[in-house]
Amino acid sequence: METTHVVEFRGISKYFGDNAANDNVDLYLDKGVIMSLLGENGSGKTTLMNMLAGIYFPDKGEILINGKPVTIRSPKDAFEHHIGMIHQHFMLVDVFTAAENIVLGLDEAGRLDRRQIADKVRAISEKYGFEIDPNKKVYDMSVSEKQTVEIIKVLYRGADILILDEPTAVLTPQETEKLFRIMRTMKEDGKSIIIITHKLNEVMSISDVVAVLRKGKHIATVRTGETNEAQLTEMMVGRKVELDIDRLDPRDPKPRLTIAGLTCRDNEGVEKLSDVGFIAYGGEILGIAGIAGSGQKELLEAIAGLRRIEKGSIIYTPEGKAPTELVGKSPMEIKDAGVALAFVPEDRLGMGLVGGMGMTGNMMLRSWSKSHKWFIDKKEPRRLAQEVYKFLEVATPDIDYPVRKLSGGNVQKVLVGREIASEPSVLMSAYAVRGLDINTSYIIYNLMAGQKAKGVAVIFVGEDLDVLLQLCDKILVLCGGRVSGIVDARTATKEEIGLLMTSIGGSSTESRAGSESNPDGKEGLKNE
Amino acid sequence: MNEKAPLIHISKRENMSRGRIWVIRLLAFLTAILLSCLVFLAAGANPVEAYSTMISGALGKKSGIRQVVKVAAPLLGTALALAPCFRMKFWNIGAEGQITIGAMAAAFFAINFGNKWPSAPLLIIMGLASMLMGAVWAAIPAAFKARWKTNETLFTLMLNYIAIGIVGWLQGGPWEGKKGSQVIPNFADAAVLPKVLGVHCGWIIVLLLVVFIYIYMKYTKHGYEIAVLGESENTARYAGMNVMKITVRTACLSGAICGLVGFMVASGANQTLYASVADGVGFTAITVAWLAQLNPFAMVIIAILFGILSKGASSLQTGMGVPASVSDIIKGLLLLCLLGCEFFINYKLNFRGHDGHGETGAATPAAPAGNTAVPAAKSSEEGKEAAK
Amino acid sequence: MNGFSLIGLIRAAILNGTPLLYGTSGEILTQKSGNMNLGVEGLMFMGGAFGLCGAFVYGNAAGDNAVGWIAVLIAFLCAFLAGVAGAFIYSVLTVTLRANQNVTGLALTIFGTGVGQFVGELMRLRVGGNVSISNTLKTAFSGSIFPEAMQKIPVLGDLLFNYNIFVYAGIVIVVLMSWFMHHTRKGLYLRAVGESPATADAAGISVTRYRYAATCLGGGISALGGMVHTMTIAGCVWNHNALAGEGWVAVALVIFCLWKPLNALWGSMLFGGLLILYLRLPIPFIPTQIYKIVPYIATTIVLILVSMRQRKEDQPPAGLGLNYFREDR
Repeated sequence: METTHVVEFRGISKYFGDNAANDNVDLYLDKGVIMSLLGENGSGKTTLMNMLAGIYFPDKGEILINGKPVTIRSPKDAFEHHIGMIHQHFMLVDVFTAAENIVLGLDEAGRLDRRQIADKVRAISEKYGFEIDPNKKVYDMSVSEKQTVEIIKVLYRGADILILDEPTAVLTPQETEKLFRIMRTMKEDGKSIIIITHKLNEVMSISDVVAVLRKGKHIATVRTGETNEAQLTEMMVGRKVELDIDRLDPRDPKPRLTIAGLTCRDNEGVEKLSDVGFIAYGGEILGIAGIAGSGQKELLEAIAGLRRIEKGSIIYTPEGKAPTELVGKSPMEIKDAGVALAFVPEDRLGMGLVGGMGMTGNMMLRSWSKSHKWFIDKKEPRRLAQEVYKFLEVATPDIDYPVRKLSGGNVQKVLVGREIASEPSVLMSAYAVRGLDINTSYIIYNLMAGQKAKGVAVIFVGEDLDVLLQLCDKILVLCGGRVSGIVDARTATKEEIGLLMTSIGGSSTESRAGSESNPDGKEGLKNE
Repeated sequence: MNEKAPLIHISKRENMSRGRIWVIRLLAFLTAILLSCLVFLAAGANPVEAYSTMISGALGKKSGIRQVVKVAAPLLGTALALAPCFRMKFWNIGAEGQITIGAMAAAFFAINFGNKWPSAPLLIIMGLASMLMGAVWAAIPAAFKARWKTNETLFTLMLNYIAIGIVGWLQGGPWEGKKGSQVIPNFADAAVLPKVLGVHCGWIIVLLLVVFIYIYMKYTKHGYEIAVLGESENTARYAGMNVMKITVRTACLSGAICGLVGFMVASGANQTLYASVADGVGFTAITVAWLAQLNPFAMVIIAILFGILSKGASSLQTGMGVPASVSDIIKGLLLLCLLGCEFFINYKLNFRGHDGHGETGAATPAAPAGNTAVPAAKSSEEGKEAAK
Repeated sequence: MNGFSLIGLIRAAILNGTPLLYGTSGEILTQKSGNMNLGVEGLMFMGGAFGLCGAFVYGNAAGDNAVGWIAVLIAFLCAFLAGVAGAFIYSVLTVTLRANQNVTGLALTIFGTGVGQFVGELMRLRVGGNVSISNTLKTAFSGSIFPEAMQKIPVLGDLLFNYNIFVYAGIVIVVLMSWFMHHTRKGLYLRAVGESPATADAAGISVTRYRYAATCLGGGISALGGMVHTMTIAGCVWNHNALAGEGWVAVALVIFCLWKPLNALWGSMLFGGLLILYLRLPIPFIPTQIYKIVPYIATTIVLILVSMRQRKEDQPPAGLGLNYFREDR
């Protein structure tokens, strides 16, 4: 084929610390084509697109636009090459109107002619079928309206190549349908579109071609018409990789946490969890799988008492004691009862650790309230810190060295180590191996397995399906805030879970709450 | 690929050796001293002579040292008061008002009971009253901040002037001595803090406070809560802390100490009350606390340095005819230089062509360029196979 | 109360409010970019001292040939440049070197009041007595710019045409500023930088450039307030007691005006009036000092109400007081 491609990546690599977010990616896009970029969390989709949009700069390789190599160093450079990206986190000024946001940063000096801008916005809207009031303030807008503003912002700048990062995550099915209609109109107009998604049904309905990324590598690009969901799932999750994790059979599992009808909303009133129910048994590892932002974080926070629960019950049955209801208890009471939470947010330090303090200070986060009336007791935390330091081989110059300055793996060891040291009877961990190398990951897996052997009910939220399948006893799959299935980890296949994650074969396809794919710990607590 | 990267890239620096940090700070200090020389030259004075006049004026005689202590004590006390607030990232810039209102509360007892009560209980009650009023004055903005997120910087700033206005009114009205004098009469002897080594005993109280704040911040539960909350509200909630309670309590402590400083200044140094009793101490103390990076012992040094500057500058005016306001200029220059130099401690500049890693042995590992290329090719073939 | 004294009161309020108008509008421009410069007090001191110094040096040099409007222009420029210089230091520290904004502002206040005092005292020491400016020049600063016939129109003449040039210039500056912020692209971008630097940055607006420009220009305008105070209200004499506190009232007024320049027009008149009301309209049982704290109490109430009502348009710029570092995202 000798036609020039609108966009072409050649050997693009991008590293964050030790990890390759993108590894030697070759990929191209043709004019007037809608391409889906498919992949699991952390497969490097967004990173790759950020390089096209000027947010990141590639460490290796080159990008060609219309056959010519280009350097894109800033969003402004990207605009000059008619590339526009609609990010998941909207970049809008709340107190400005739609029109004001749309013209932000354009190289035009002089008077701000609101009427002229409004006319132009209306013209674009009519052409593609948007419904938007140019004079509406952003803070009055729904999520879908905000997204519309972002798209018009890009079109207003004359973009011919549009990148949409999981645009449907925040939309209702009706809104999604409308967005797809608009995308088709734009395609007829000769625009080229890349849509990042992990919803297979959407991939099939909107795109012409599908490019699959896995662990930062480009796996393949296929025509949508020549593939099917099962095949795409297989490419996305890859073949089963054998890990060497010791998995004992659960001994005498007894219900520890019995959850029924759990429903939560976020501050905007969007349902984050709906009618979630399951039982976590002592002496078992319950894995939780799901696309990022399917309610994993909310579920753990709800159990830990950090999130307001709208409906439902959480019955906790400690070893040899009477069952108690956890809903309505304070985080402190829940913690004292023996429910531990080790949540590793995207930025690692957002919740659960104090970056400026050393290991001792962080160990104290659990015990500070129990010691002397006035003074803190550093002896016990220091002993604990020593223990974690030795046992988990934390690489730190000193146990009082600020944990912020430790490498990611060591930070996680401190966090997980502390929670385990509190001898909980329920241990919840989320993304405990996020960003860790293989060896450190194994230490964490073995810790989890060790807790299980002690009869602890372990809830393990993970991203890597191979790990979930080989570490856990059962796997609960969340999709859009609902339980789409609970499978036996010993017999289930990756494809089966992959399909449950993307709702096919799951109990629900219509939920609005697939919601912001934002697994970090930042948002949840801040606004409560 | 490097030539495509921006010319200067700024990134956070993780660890710098203590030695280097102090070298940078020392350089900033020297820069400020050198810049101040220009000010002396502008005033037509020989800088070397000017500095020596300042130092001998401040430290050469006992009276000079006493004066330095008199200036440094309230400054240090207030900086100590502010430390917990700043550690909590509660920007209390209302120390000026808290001092004033505390002095007012003390003066109330001094004026009304100065001739009736014996000295010791009177002084104790004055101190307690000043602490109470100072705490109230700080608790108001803290409560609003905790409940409605009202901007505490602006709120505390406004309360400064309200406090000063109230005292101004008392001074010219209800508590006025001779009609029309606009002055409150001097306190009775019973209401005056006794002198120790020629300076009112406030300096002893302040030195005790140094130890108290050091212990409070480092070894108490309260100090721990403050530190956690200052780093991350989320983490504080996660650990089961009551954010509102901690915010208000810490502000109260801070206000109470400021109020006590007000009592010291009114009863010890001025022996009366007037509207400008705080005289900018509340503001200057903020910069003292910040420069000391909230370390109580460093505050002692900086407060004394500021005291020397003030006393030295007044010697300079009498001795060499250089306006005493030169001390404010030097203070300002010192502050500006030292504030600026922190950047070079916390960030590093990477110039194009240098990766900047080797320089300080910073912990960022270099990207493992290239070594993953081979498996990459393999797996993409694997994927294509799968696709077929 | 009769009509005559009402006009007198309004006139006094306007004259007394004009320095505040400059101080406040400059600070509004600064804060709209996200920089909370608490150094206004220092900037106004510098403006006052350097403005006076400029006019004084010119008056001495030109002797009897001194021309009024040139003196005004020189004072204007000296004060403005002094303010720009002070604000530039602030910008370098907070924008480039990312120092804490509150502390830097206070340091600037200490430095600026020191410099102002120093220059003022130095002039007095050099002259050996009071710094005085010839009456011709004084008239140029405080006299009306309109022909006498217009000033003599009953009521309207006094109310509209009988002010010094700075009153009119201040109004023009504020109206221009408001127009700039709301009707030009650059103004829109400036507000975006103050509201959400990350968004502005992503849209290709240079946060650094806008913050520097707004802070320096705003600092210059604030400093003019000090000059106006010294040259009109204080009668061309250096008197730091008269100027003390003026900068802080200006900061209060910024909040009171809800960061809207046009509000500063009546806000400064109101505050200016309140600060001298006790001279014109003494009410029995209300002591003079209480008048003086009314502006601060009013500002506090506004601050509380605004935070409780949470109306988006009335909030401080969302990025106020926060330094922006792209890699912190």
